[in-house]
Amino acid sequence: MDIVERIYRTESRRVLATLIRQVGDFDVAEEAMHEAFVAAVEQWPVEGVPDNPRAWLVSTGRFKAIDVLRRRSKYDVSMEDVEGLVESIADASAVVEREGVEDDRLRLIFTCCHPALAPEAQVALTLREVCGLTTEEIAHAFVVPAPTVAQRIVRAKSKIRDARIPYEVPGRSELAARLDSVLRVIYLVFNEGYLASSGESLTRRDLSAEAIRLGRLLVELLPEPDVLGLLALMLLHESRRAARATPEGELVLLTEQDRSLWDRAQIADAVKLVEAALATRAFGPYAIQAAIAAVHAEAPTAQATDWAEIVALYDVLLGFGANPVVELNRAVAVAMRDGAEQGLAAVDAILARGELAEYHLAHAARGDMHRRLGHTAEAAAAYRKALELTRQASERRFLERRIAGL
Amino acid sequence: MRYLCLIYLDEKRMGALPEPEVNALNARHLELNEQLLKSGQFIEAEALQPASDTSCVTMRNGKVTLTDGPYMETKEIVAGFYLVEARDLNEAISVAARLPSAPLGTIEVRPCRDLIVDGVPRRASSKPR
Repeated sequence: MDIVERIYRTESRRVLATLIRQVGDFDVAEEAMHEAFVAAVEQWPVEGVPDNPRAWLVSTGRFKAIDVLRRRSKYDVSMEDVEGLVESIADASAVVEREGVEDDRLRLIFTCCHPALAPEAQVALTLREVCGLTTEEIAHAFVVPAPTVAQRIVRAKSKIRDARIPYEVPGRSELAARLDSVLRVIYLVFNEGYLASSGESLTRRDLSAEAIRLGRLLVELLPEPDVLGLLALMLLHESRRAARATPEGELVLLTEQDRSLWDRAQIADAVKLVEAALATRAFGPYAIQAAIAAVHAEAPTAQATDWAEIVALYDVLLGFGANPVVELNRAVAVAMRDGAEQGLAAVDAILARGELAEYHLAHAARGDMHRRLGHTAEAAAAYRKALELTRQASERRFLERRIAGL
Repeated sequence: MRYLCLIYLDEKRMGALPEPEVNALNARHLELNEQLLKSGQFIEAEALQPASDTSCVTMRNGKVTLTDGPYMETKEIVAGFYLVEARDLNEAISVAARLPSAPLGTIEVRPCRDLIVDGVPRRASSKPR
C-alpha cells in the first residue's frame, strides 16, 4: 500500500523514537513498530487511513509492544517484572502526561550520542536508530565487517539498559557538552561520506546526505548556534561536490575548482545559517568553520578570495582551543595572504613542536610552499613524505602528479 | 539504582601535595558527604590507605597465597570509593563530577547489579535496609 510506504519513509523514525520512550527498550520498540506498520497495511485499506497516522501507529505500536514482551518473557526467565512493564506501557494516562513538548527524536539522538558509549558505537547506533540504516549499510559505509557493527550496536544497547543511560534531552547546564558529542558524531558521519579514509572513491554520497538530513533535523529541533553552524559547514562542503573531483576521480584543489559547478542554492542556504549563528554571539567552532567555508564560497574566483578574513577567522577558531590541524589550515591561509615564505615558517613551527609529524597534509602543504618558492628538492622531499603517510588512492595520485611536475 | 564510584589517583602526585591542600581536599570530601546524605544519594564512602599498606589474597587448591602491593602495578590506584544511589547514569555522573578528587584523577563509575541465584535476582548487599 503506497501510503503506508510513504508514511514509513517519513514517520517511522519518529514513531520509533516515541515507542522507545514509552516502552523503554530499543529492540522491543523496533519489533513493535514493524508490527504496527504490518497492522496498518492490513487495516487501513479496510478502515481508511486515520486522520493522525503517526498517533495511530504509536498507539498500535504500544499494544504490539505488550505482545512482544509477553512472547519474550516466555523464553527469557531473567526478564524483570514483565507484568509491571506491561502495566506501565498500557497506562494511557501516564503516556499522555509524559508526552511533553519535546520531540522524541531529540531524546533519541542525545541517547545514541551519549559520551558514556564508545565513539564508534555512538556513530553506529545513531545511524541505525535515528537514520534507519541497516547494519549492512553501516558496515559497507565504514568498510567494517557487518558482525563488528552489529556487536557495537548490541553492546551500546546493553550499556544503555544496564548502566541506565536515561532517555532524555540534557538540561541546560549539560546541554553544551552533550551537544558537542552529537555534533561530533554527525560531522564524523559526514566526513566519512565526504572523504573516504582509504580506497578508491573520493566521496561516498549517501553518508553525507544522511549527515545533512540529521543536521537539518537537529536544526529543526534544537536551533542552537553551533547546530546551525554544523549544518552550514556540511552544506558548504557538499556544495562543492561536483567540482571536487574530475570525472576520472582525480582530486581538484579548492583554488582550482570550476566554481560554476558549485551548488549556489546550498551555498545561499548555508550563508543564511552562518549569519544567523554568528548574530547570536554564542557561536562555537562549527559556526566559525562554516564562516571560513562561506568566505571561500562567496568569492567569485579563487584570486578574489579574502584570505585576510580567513586568517582572522582561523584566529577566532584557535581561540576556542589549540588545535594543530586548525593551525596548519591557518598557515596555508597565511601563505596565501602574506606569501609562501611566511606560510612555510608557520608550518615548520608546528612540526618543530613535534606535532602533525604523521599528518600527510602537513607535509603536502610544505611541499606546496617549497614548490611556490622554487625549492624543487625540498618540495619533492616533502611531497614524498606526504605520499608515505596516505593510502587514499586519489590523494596519492595527486601527490605523484605534483612530484612529476616539479 | 546503585553505582560504585572508584577514585583513581596518582599516589606520587598526591604525596607531593602540600599539607594545606590535602587538608582542604579532605574537608571538601566531608562537606560533600553531608550534601549527599541530605539528598539521599549517599550510601557509603571510604578513603583507602596507600598501595604500600595493601595485601593481595588468592586461594588456589585450598591454599591461601598472600603478596604485598595492589593487584596491578599502575601509575594510578584506587584511593577511595563512593557507593551512591542515583536515578540513572547521568545523575551518577554528576555526583562523580562533584567529588573533590575528580579534578586530580579519574572516577570510574560502575553500575551495581544483582546476583542471580536459580533464576531469581538477589541483592548482592546483605546489609539490612
